[in-house]
Amino acid sequence: MTATWRYGRPALVVLLAALAVGVPLWLVAVTSAKPQAEAIKPNLDLPRHWQPGGNYADAVSQGEMLRGFLNSLLVVVPSVILVLILGAGAAWVFARRKSKLVSAAYALCISGLLLPPAVITIVMELRQLGLANTRPGMIAVYTGMYLSTSIFFMTGFIRAIPLELEEAARIDGASPQRIFWRIVLPLLRPVIATATIMVMLYAWSDIFYAFFVLGGGERATLPLNLYQVASAQLYLNNWHLVFAYVVVMSLPMVAVFLVGQRKIVSGITSGAVK
Amino acid sequence: MADTVVRTRKQPPARSTPKGVGRLPRAAVHHPWWFALPAVVVFAGFFLLPNLLNFYYPFTNWSSYHADIAFTGLDNFRTIADDGSLLRAIRTTLLYALLAALFQNGFGLVLALLLEDDSRFNRFFRAVFFLPVLISALATGYVFRALLDQDGAVNSVLGTDIPWLGSTTWTLVVVTLIHGWKWMGLAMLIYLAGLKGIPGDMLEAARMDGAGPWRTFWSVRWPMLAPAVTFNVTTALIGSMNTFDIVQATTAGGPAASTEVFNIYMFRIFGQGLYAQASAMSLILFLVVVAVAIPLVVGLRRREQTL
Repeated sequence: MTATWRYGRPALVVLLAALAVGVPLWLVAVTSAKPQAEAIKPNLDLPRHWQPGGNYADAVSQGEMLRGFLNSLLVVVPSVILVLILGAGAAWVFARRKSKLVSAAYALCISGLLLPPAVITIVMELRQLGLANTRPGMIAVYTGMYLSTSIFFMTGFIRAIPLELEEAARIDGASPQRIFWRIVLPLLRPVIATATIMVMLYAWSDIFYAFFVLGGGERATLPLNLYQVASAQLYLNNWHLVFAYVVVMSLPMVAVFLVGQRKIVSGITSGAVK
Repeated sequence: MADTVVRTRKQPPARSTPKGVGRLPRAAVHHPWWFALPAVVVFAGFFLLPNLLNFYYPFTNWSSYHADIAFTGLDNFRTIADDGSLLRAIRTTLLYALLAALFQNGFGLVLALLLEDDSRFNRFFRAVFFLPVLISALATGYVFRALLDQDGAVNSVLGTDIPWLGSTTWTLVVVTLIHGWKWMGLAMLIYLAGLKGIPGDMLEAARMDGAGPWRTFWSVRWPMLAPAVTFNVTTALIGSMNTFDIVQATTAGGPAASTEVFNIYMFRIFGQGLYAQASAMSLILFLVVVAVAIPLVVGLRRREQTL
């Protein structure tokens, strides 16, 4: 290893991180603490007058942030739980059984990794089912959309678990239900962490499908609210509020990531790339 | 994903189960179908069915202006072909996907190579470069609009007056760079996983044979990274054809519709109440994705095997 690389690499890493990640985050942080007059032309200067508290309070009151937060939780959490449990059940069957029918069902179920969801006709279907503009409708759409991801990751993972573990329990008289809940699910922990993060990430950030299924109004999720706040920006010049919103919306995902960080990496390693 | 699809097909035929009376095959007892059923039902009901319906509604006059829905044949397709939005959306989306995949993978691979060894320093910076993945795409779009606006931070730092998001030629490239920025952390993680999977003695052997860093990279590591490349390129290319948030937040399809990808068009036209027309575009997106995905998956898979 040459000396230039030895000292050049860390220097390059720090420089890249500062420019590529540091600058945008800095902009968000300082702008979210500026009064409106200073924030009209977003720049990297420190606020001359600090008012983070006021901005965040405004984002909460004008941006309906608390309601948005609750709405997001009410659709994202059930979606994630359904995706994980239904996905794990399917993955278990897909990984362990071998027949043409199982292969076909598996291929069909992971086709969602490649195929785009038909968002316009989803609206039509939900209207006929009476689920348009409802949370159950949104949950069903997210679950259907992200099941492919969890089934794909989990099936790959279960295939690597020795069957003997299940057989031992079976000899002791455990039923399939018991084996699934007591043996398979606990072993899936790393890949469950990965799938949780991925699905949460997608669903928490989603605005496209939420726009079609939920629309604005009472049940609007955080990203829909952010979109409202930022669309008003054209007339109000409220970058300070937009970025206060961005910070609050991003923090839960950062927290989830920090908690599950190590498992995500091992989950991706075992699930996606073998 | 590609490899699993193919692999399942190549599996040996099912173990022959005794076709006796009164005895279920072992698999049905130990791994009963009903564990998979709820997932299959939800997936079929809320993913496959809408995609099937999408082969019907584009041929109707479904909109907010009629109470009933009537079959109208190819009218919607004729409309979007005649007003130029069809070809433009295809071209823009494909170009977007290509550039976004290029940037996302390029950045990700460089970061993975820079941060390969497991030191505390590297682990910290991996997390730093992963941060953009955690910030929603919509928020990412607004951050870069504030940076790149003509009145924005970049121009004020550089002392320039460049309309970064106002060029009908270059704005698409700028937006795909932002897309690459947002997802580079995920590509990096997958490349890191791929690099970790390369056996140490293989690199050792290359070094013993006198291979320098470049030679080792091109002859040993790059070929060994093939599965990671397959996964990354496929997900990036196909995923970015479904892009919406970043484009909507930075340009909303402009200037002069030069960044109007499929989903932006659907969003706009649906907002005008022309549901069937939006649905027609959605069907075209579906067909374009299929047309890109199949050769891509088959081709990359074949490449993996020959390397």
